[in-house]
Amino acid sequence: MRAAGTPMSSVADVARVAARGEAGAPALGVRALSLDHPGGRRALDAVDIAVCRGERVAIIGPSGAGKTSLLRILAVAQRPSEGALEVLGADPWALGAPARRALRRRVGLIHQAPPLPPRQRVVTAVLAGRLGAWSLARSLVSLAYPLDLAGARAALARLDLAERLFDRCDRLSGGQAQRVGIARVLYQRPEVILADEPVSSLDPALANHAVGVLVSEAIERHITLVASLHAVDLALAHFPRIIGLRDGKVLFDLPTERIEDTMLEALYAQEGFAPTQHGRALELSAQRLRGMAQ
Amino acid sequence: MTAVGLAAARDPAALPRLGLAALALLLLWPGLRITEFNPAVLVDPGNAATMGRFLSQFVPPALAPDFLLLVARATIETLAIATLGTALAFIIAFPLSLMTSQSLSLSAIGPSRDAALRRALRYPWRLILIVLRAIPELVWALLFVRAVGLGPTAGVLALAITYGGMLGKVYAEIYESGSNRPARALMEGGAGRLQAYLYGLLPAALPELVSYTIYRWECAVRASVIMGFVGAGGLGQQLELSMRMLNGAEASTILITFLLLVLLADGLSALFRRMLA
Amino acid sequence: MKALGIATLLVIAALVWASAAYLGFHPGAIFDSEARAGMLVYAVEFFPPDLSAEHLGAIGKGALETLAISAIATLIAALLGMLVALPAAGRFGLAARLAARFALNALRSIPELVFAALMVIAAGLGPFAGTLALALHTTGVLGRLFADALENTPREPAEALLQAGSPRAAAFFYGTLPLVLPQCVAYSLYRWEINIRMAAVLGFVGAGGLGQMLHVSLSLFHQAQASSVILGMLALVIVVDQASAMLRRALASVQQ
Repeated sequence: MRAAGTPMSSVADVARVAARGEAGAPALGVRALSLDHPGGRRALDAVDIAVCRGERVAIIGPSGAGKTSLLRILAVAQRPSEGALEVLGADPWALGAPARRALRRRVGLIHQAPPLPPRQRVVTAVLAGRLGAWSLARSLVSLAYPLDLAGARAALARLDLAERLFDRCDRLSGGQAQRVGIARVLYQRPEVILADEPVSSLDPALANHAVGVLVSEAIERHITLVASLHAVDLALAHFPRIIGLRDGKVLFDLPTERIEDTMLEALYAQEGFAPTQHGRALELSAQRLRGMAQ
Repeated sequence: MTAVGLAAARDPAALPRLGLAALALLLLWPGLRITEFNPAVLVDPGNAATMGRFLSQFVPPALAPDFLLLVARATIETLAIATLGTALAFIIAFPLSLMTSQSLSLSAIGPSRDAALRRALRYPWRLILIVLRAIPELVWALLFVRAVGLGPTAGVLALAITYGGMLGKVYAEIYESGSNRPARALMEGGAGRLQAYLYGLLPAALPELVSYTIYRWECAVRASVIMGFVGAGGLGQQLELSMRMLNGAEASTILITFLLLVLLADGLSALFRRMLA
Repeated sequence: MKALGIATLLVIAALVWASAAYLGFHPGAIFDSEARAGMLVYAVEFFPPDLSAEHLGAIGKGALETLAISAIATLIAALLGMLVALPAAGRFGLAARLAARFALNALRSIPELVFAALMVIAAGLGPFAGTLALALHTTGVLGRLFADALENTPREPAEALLQAGSPRAAAFFYGTLPLVLPQCVAYSLYRWEINIRMAAVLGFVGAGGLGQMLHVSLSLFHQAQASSVILGMLALVIVVDQASAMLRRALASVQQ
């Protein structure tokens, strides 16, 4: 779905829309979506995006562009101020509370700053991903004695954290805590994974590996993955579709191979401010970025 | 996914937790037995009927004029007990705090032959303060009721003693938390300990002393009612009488008065402390 | 000091004088030779305390009873307090918050001794009345402390779980409780220390434990036995203070 007037449009989009019927039902859709912050500032402005099941999309853009707000709205964690929202075929805010809860269970949100209780052990934090599917009795028992040690361990092992299974969350480094947050969503096995800067605290090699894990999970299980990323090289390397967000508006929404330097410059341009990446000046050459992270 | 990891996944906290749970149950069972814990007693027809009748009399509270007059007098008596008791405690606390404060130690100024002896001399006073504080004020109230008879005097004395100990300790802490340089300077200049105290320590510490004492007065109001319950006069003694006669209406009036009194004391205490700040 | 301050001090002094006058309090009256002699005789009879094996055994049992009363009461109060703290922290809306806070304030304000007298009516003489009384009052105290702690707890962990489809109860146990539990346990242990003192005196109105023993001894004019009961109270308080400090240190390192 593309509203008229957006600067960049693509023939591939039309083809994609036509093929939607067989490739995959729509997983996420927003139309004319806007979000206003309490202070009056517009976080999102008339955003139109459609994501099909099984698609993998990266959202890039400068800080304050509205990436987190968009993901939170898609995760049914926040209500939009205006516009239409569709998640897995339903309008979440028109549902009753129990149905909305069931819908949320099928969507997993990876937070940029993982909200882990400091004194909780990693195993409990990971197992908490499936609370939506467990009865209260099972949840309480698992609090005292974790009931699915193997499952938690497997999720952590994919992020090289298996040996930290029984450590307290406040003994983890920032990067390790972030990986636990990812493991929790992996354990949740949702139909849609929304990742908000999931690797911002990881070094380049680990970040590349973690994004790779998310992408292979999405491919293996045929689920939808939408990730906002600071590191443009990771986005270009792992995702077939990139959305550029700036000041709450969609600047472009294209397949990766059609991204050009001028688009990236326009996205990140600020007066007198040169965007950096991993401490070096951001290489806004799309060609070089695509080749960088392999 | 490594096969090695999966095989060894056992919760290290499982055994200690099980042990803790077992210990807790082991302590809980005799605890329940010793306290004769038996909720069934509450719904026993005899008890329930009496309690129900008593509670139902709470609404409406007793509002007969002569009873209200009695309650008003008892309230004033309670206020008087609390005020006088706190004042006496203040008087007791002063010398005690002086004796135990390190800020006025002559031997702290410079080494002296009997520094250890002087430090040791402080301990008996500290011990007295601790003993005064450790015995619950209600026990003192009970003792004084036996010694001087029912009525407000017992309450005043009990308050004076327990709060004297409490205030003494806090005053000493206030002295020690402030700077004792003015006092030390005076003592180095040859002034006596009392003079050093009056001119060096007291002026700086006085606002905090008075503020804490007024806060203690607020607690004393509540304590006076509680002590009255065992015969030390005031509102508490009236409440005990009414409850002993199972007069729910009177008890209700007195309880409401008590709650209002506590609010009033709270407000007055805040007001006075603000005016002194 | 400012003029207002001095005026306030004068007002206070006047109130003190007025209180003394109202009560007819003459230091002379208490400390006249006759009364003094009487008090001295009374005081001397407390020494030496009765330390016979039989009486010490009775004190031991009384101490155990007082200990049990305080422990069980604090435990009940912690559980009930947490239950009431949830609405009092606004988790179920404004009306529930007001009602819960009002209930907690009422429970807090009524002194334990008054509750004890009430519970003696409801449950008869003995330690059960004392336990209930202490539990009711302490529920008010702990409930208010827990509610304030809950309101100051970050919501993010629980909200993240809710966003993943967790039921509200499970989100509370996994997301909020771990954050607030250390504080709540500390409050409860601190309250237990205070309760041991209260449990000792609740017996004055017949609610069991050392307090009841003390009341009986004093009423029978057995001063020597009364003084050893008081010593027993002191010892109990010291033991509980130490145990509570040890427990707090041990729990500080517990994992979840």
